[in-house]
Amino acid sequence: MSAYEISIVSVIGINVILAVSLNMISGFCGQISLGHGAFFGAGAYATALTMVGVGSVPLAICAAIVTGSLLGIVVGFASLRVRTDFLAVTTIGVNFLFIGFVRKQAWLGGEMGISNVPATGLGASGNMIMTLLFACATIGLSFYISRSWMGFAFRAVGEDEGAAATLGINSGAYKLAAFGIGTALAGLAGAMYTFFTQFITADAFDFIFSVMLMAMVVIGGIGSTWGVVVAAVGLTLLPEAIRFVNDYRLLVFGGLLVLVIRLAPGGLAAMTRGALLRVRRI
Amino acid sequence: MSAALQLDDVAIRFGGVQAVAGVSIAVATGDFVGLIGPNGAGKTTLIRIIAGLLRPDRGRIRLSGVDVMGDATAARVRRGLALTHQIVRPFRQMSVLDNVVLGAGYRRTSNPLRAMLHIDRRRENERAGYILAQVGLAGAERKLAGSLPLGQMKRLELARALAVDPKVMLLDEPLAGLNRTEASKHVEAISDVHKRGVTVILVEHNLEEVMRICRRLIVLNNGQVIGDGEPVKVMADPVVHEAYVGSGMVTHAEA
Amino acid sequence: MLKLESLKCGYGSVEAVHNVSFDVPAGSVFALLGPNGAGKTSTIMAIMGHVDIHGGRIVLEGEDITHRRAIDRVGLGVSLVPEGRQLFSDLTVDENLTVGGYARPANRDPAKRDRVFGYFPRLHERRGQLAGSLSGGEQQMLAIGRALMAEPRLLLVDELSLGLMPKMVDLCLDTLMQLKREGLTIVLVEQNTARALDVADQVCVLSSGVQVYQGTASEAKAAGSMFATFLDMSEPV
Repeated sequence: MSAYEISIVSVIGINVILAVSLNMISGFCGQISLGHGAFFGAGAYATALTMVGVGSVPLAICAAIVTGSLLGIVVGFASLRVRTDFLAVTTIGVNFLFIGFVRKQAWLGGEMGISNVPATGLGASGNMIMTLLFACATIGLSFYISRSWMGFAFRAVGEDEGAAATLGINSGAYKLAAFGIGTALAGLAGAMYTFFTQFITADAFDFIFSVMLMAMVVIGGIGSTWGVVVAAVGLTLLPEAIRFVNDYRLLVFGGLLVLVIRLAPGGLAAMTRGALLRVRRI
Repeated sequence: MSAALQLDDVAIRFGGVQAVAGVSIAVATGDFVGLIGPNGAGKTTLIRIIAGLLRPDRGRIRLSGVDVMGDATAARVRRGLALTHQIVRPFRQMSVLDNVVLGAGYRRTSNPLRAMLHIDRRRENERAGYILAQVGLAGAERKLAGSLPLGQMKRLELARALAVDPKVMLLDEPLAGLNRTEASKHVEAISDVHKRGVTVILVEHNLEEVMRICRRLIVLNNGQVIGDGEPVKVMADPVVHEAYVGSGMVTHAEA
Repeated sequence: MLKLESLKCGYGSVEAVHNVSFDVPAGSVFALLGPNGAGKTSTIMAIMGHVDIHGGRIVLEGEDITHRRAIDRVGLGVSLVPEGRQLFSDLTVDENLTVGGYARPANRDPAKRDRVFGYFPRLHERRGQLAGSLSGGEQQMLAIGRALMAEPRLLLVDELSLGLMPKMVDLCLDTLMQLKREGLTIVLVEQNTARALDVADQVCVLSSGVQVYQGTASEAKAAGSMFATFLDMSEPV
């Protein structure tokens, strides 16, 4: 494989982890999070610092997961206190706060970010394979959770917290769990990102990126693991394949998002399900 | 033996309005209580307080002797309290069966970690099927909960409430929106639930049905209990009569 | 609950109310009567905090609120049902109620909303409807409901009966009676004297900004035609 192909596949792997983990929070559990980039960034920075300081890959991965998750649980607690429509706004705020904070901290590299992060020693192909393995694990975890009692409870909490309470389901605990798990995986994606680029700045984790992640989830079909995977792969490849899309990435993603919400709110997953049903009837 | 549900001096005010004014009630295990009162009597507010949806200004609430004042609704459900809503709230995107299975799985969902470790639903599927048959919804398992007609939706709510193995069931205007025949059938279903040993508290406007099945009538007015005892005796009480008829209130149904 | 002491108030330098004093006991209904321009609305608005005070005091449950901002008075438990309803016509019934209760803890919202729908079942049927599309009577019900969401200790009602069918007036006044039985204190500005006298405990008549009569509602009713002259007196000269 050429260096270019390796980097594309690595980015696809990272985006899959991010989109599937966001789907757990927003799709399975119905908690709109428009700041997923912040947890991705938290993981990336934690990894960079660990690699620069200690140089241990396993430790860096753990640091990324823990940092992402801790930040996620803090945001999760906030989600328990706000009126539902404000959750989206709160998560946007968290994203901006994260970028703003990180930019001002000298020990985090300030505006320049952290460069010359030590390599993992696995080489570009090795990193790519590690990323793909983690992506597969994430997909597997997502399918598992979806079929477990946790996924069952998530769906109830996402649809109607009050009704869920009458079945003995503690909505607050489940929302925290959704945030904790989803953001831990986002942190993991951050680690893969740092290993891949060996150079990070705050801009890579901004609100625009968070919106693009949400676009992948919505276009894929909010709540559907495989739909989100397909959308993540497709929307990562699209800018590479079509120059126009690359230059006007925001416009195209935003446009697709609006189209899907208006015409096919269930995303690719729902469209495929509908098509299959029609095929069966023939 | 402690009462199934015990309220001691429960009160709440909204600004200048004393919505519930120091209510104390003891409901014994196996009781079948009808909670009635004119519009604005404080019934709904009291139900919300018992359910854990509203925090009173003072008072104690005990379920089988256990103080539940600090518990949120989900915690009270785990202690044996079941609720059905005036406006039915099934999980519309899930099947009828799944709605009840989720309730039957209350042990599985007690905390997220436990829920994550379990996938198997066979026992709960079976139990849910059995409960659905009990309330007369056998055969509707695969349907989407959102597609049921009102009468069936109400019975689904009843099934869900049964699924959590309740000791006390609180039913908030279960007959609202049902026509005569549907109401009659639903009342039979509720009566069956009671026969199986569940303590039932029914909040209702439909006096006819309430008189028929409840063994004990508690009348609320202006946030206070003004009548408590055998239905016929209570309704004959002039104080109760006055509250319902003589308050000079225009029946809002006519306006 | 509420005490006005020698209140003088108006708009800028124009004085609309000259030296009005009265006492409203907690849990009672106090009616302010008189024709247009008598200063009734100005008095209510002064209690709410929207009018310049030139002299005198307003005391709420022992606390002097004469110079407190209107916003603070809501926090102290004063709520207004304005003349002409002044609903948010582009918001639904539910949304209007939400706005009414916004300054109070969100977890109390559903219970209070239930109570409002309990007083006004018709609003419950129309909860998703835009406020602007409701009938006059329904709008008045919503205005009252919205004010109640703020959990007031003192409810100010300005010209409830304007433009309403008699049946609707009855319904709204009956609800005020119910609220009184539940402990709420109400100050009612009314042009419909007869109905106001049915509902009120105490009555005060204003004429050109001056108090010309004060007494209990039963006294006023007993005074019959004599009482009517006080109202006639209030014809602008």
